[in-house]
Amino acid sequence: MKRFKGKGVYGAIAVGAVSVYKRQNTDVRRTHIEDTAAEIARVEEAKAMAVEQLSEIYEKALKEVGETHAQIFEIHMMMLEDDDYNESIRSIIETQSVNAEYAVAVTSDNFSDMFASMDDAYMQARAADVKDISDRLIACLSGDSGETSDSGGSMIVCADDLAPSETVSLDKERVLAFVTAFGSSNSHTAILARNMNIPAVIGAGEGFLDEIKDGMKLIVDGHTGELILDPDDDTEKAYLDKQQADARKKALLQELKGKPNVTKDGRQIKIFANIGGVDGIGAVLANDAGGIGLFRSEFLYLESEDFPTEEQQFAAYKKVLESMAGKKVIIRTLDIGADKQIDYFGLEKEDNPALGLRAIRICLTRPEIFRTQLRALYRASVFGELGIMFPMITSVSEVQRCLDACEEVKKELTAEGIPFSKNVELGIMIETPAAAVISDLLAPLVDFFSVGTNDLTQYTLACDRQNARLESFVDTHHEAVLRLIELSAKNAHANGAWIGICGELAADTSLTETFLRMGIDELSVSAPFVLPLREAVRNTNLSGK
Amino acid sequence: MKKFSYTITDAIGIHARPAGNLAKLAKSFAGTKIMIEKSGKSVDVTKLMMLMGLGVKCGDTVEFTAEGPDEEAAAAAVEEFMKANL
Repeated sequence: MKRFKGKGVYGAIAVGAVSVYKRQNTDVRRTHIEDTAAEIARVEEAKAMAVEQLSEIYEKALKEVGETHAQIFEIHMMMLEDDDYNESIRSIIETQSVNAEYAVAVTSDNFSDMFASMDDAYMQARAADVKDISDRLIACLSGDSGETSDSGGSMIVCADDLAPSETVSLDKERVLAFVTAFGSSNSHTAILARNMNIPAVIGAGEGFLDEIKDGMKLIVDGHTGELILDPDDDTEKAYLDKQQADARKKALLQELKGKPNVTKDGRQIKIFANIGGVDGIGAVLANDAGGIGLFRSEFLYLESEDFPTEEQQFAAYKKVLESMAGKKVIIRTLDIGADKQIDYFGLEKEDNPALGLRAIRICLTRPEIFRTQLRALYRASVFGELGIMFPMITSVSEVQRCLDACEEVKKELTAEGIPFSKNVELGIMIETPAAAVISDLLAPLVDFFSVGTNDLTQYTLACDRQNARLESFVDTHHEAVLRLIELSAKNAHANGAWIGICGELAADTSLTETFLRMGIDELSVSAPFVLPLREAVRNTNLSGK
Repeated sequence: MKKFSYTITDAIGIHARPAGNLAKLAKSFAGTKIMIEKSGKSVDVTKLMMLMGLGVKCGDTVEFTAEGPDEEAAAAAVEEFMKANL
């Protein structure tokens, strides 16, 4: 029994036989050719075959992973038809009297080098696309058509790395899981795996490849990234039990997955998820949340020894936006102070931190911290659908200062020629009674409200949420809190803004009907609550009462 | 010869998909040469990889030229495409 560890990209368990992914021999040999015209004709034939394969892959991807992720293969087809690419292959064959495979390999290197040397991450990633289409063309030239080694039954595909087209080409019915030695958990391949619902572990390391052989028994734990080769009976049994428990849970969820959040009488509501770090994305996707309603940016500051740089923040925001592939992501700006303290901020000790210098108050007193975060957010905005929200708002002038800071940052970026999205939504947290009471004045300034019920409750009821002895005085369903939410909803809608709830109350299914009646547009809850909440919404009927 | 310049407003710039569609559009005007120029570097719009290789980003200003029998129509079509997609 041997253990390895990589990164799990889709949380499920598989137990089965290893099948080592055999790629067509990509070692291309240079041979001398007399009849160059015939060689060029071979390229044309192979190209037609490759385009046909790609259009099949495109169709398959369209069904299995959706249009956004399938587009990549449409681009591959266009690249194969590119004039320069084809001219380069032709001219190498003609001028050097060499075989087609060699001409394609050289052309592939030249073009992928061109993309790899560009200073733009998006274009750099296109180098892999050039390699992918060229390898396919070479395989067509050599008459290889098989994709995986065929052992007849189900298998766990293990490879050094898999190209997106290889991943989609895997037969979903027979692939129990896949494991790669290299690659990142945010690669196209990992994203496709997630969308195909196949347990996958990425980056298991080179040592793993050395140990595996076709037919060996392997356990893949996509939750933890653990791999167990040749397990003993007890270990195998433990994992099979875990797998069964997973399957039961999944069957329940599967029923609700992909279904709309709609009441019996047709009222729709968005259900998003709250997360506190980049590693929460997997759970968001697995539970079929419609977006991220609250991304707490504090982890960036808490995990760091000093203020996180613009680049560090940009990388994290970009990752979330990319992983969510066009679904809404609402990132809350820094919310520390009160119960979350960070040494390097050098904040003075306060007797009453809940009413102290926290959240937006820190950002407005120390604009350099705020500016760095806003720059990183706007720079990342081109990678998805970003919303930015400001915590602990109590007045119109605070909101105005936040909006001014955003304008300032946008001006800077424009002057520097750095792109940002023009569709970033700006919103505020409604978590102080003040904000709720003047929500009619705040709503015209923003695109959305998000109610933070935990703080709103503690401030409205004057009950410290950290104090356990107050528990009997804290009524989370207190009419005062509910009225403030209702008032905010009314004022949001009267001014063309939308309103969500991202506090713990959002997951309380005994209030779902109340919130629906108030016209709340979005509920954002921890990922495991998404589907139970969907069930509650679907069982609600607002008519006839 | 027809000439016009255009400033990219799309956030990612001339990325793969619009580049592919632009190349396709340019090809439909056979006999008319359509070039795109960015900071002194000029490429034929029908050439997808070169076009992507220019690395045109948001905020960049590029200049198009069309020369040939269909230059009027070609320039108008390309300009319309840019406005609608980029």
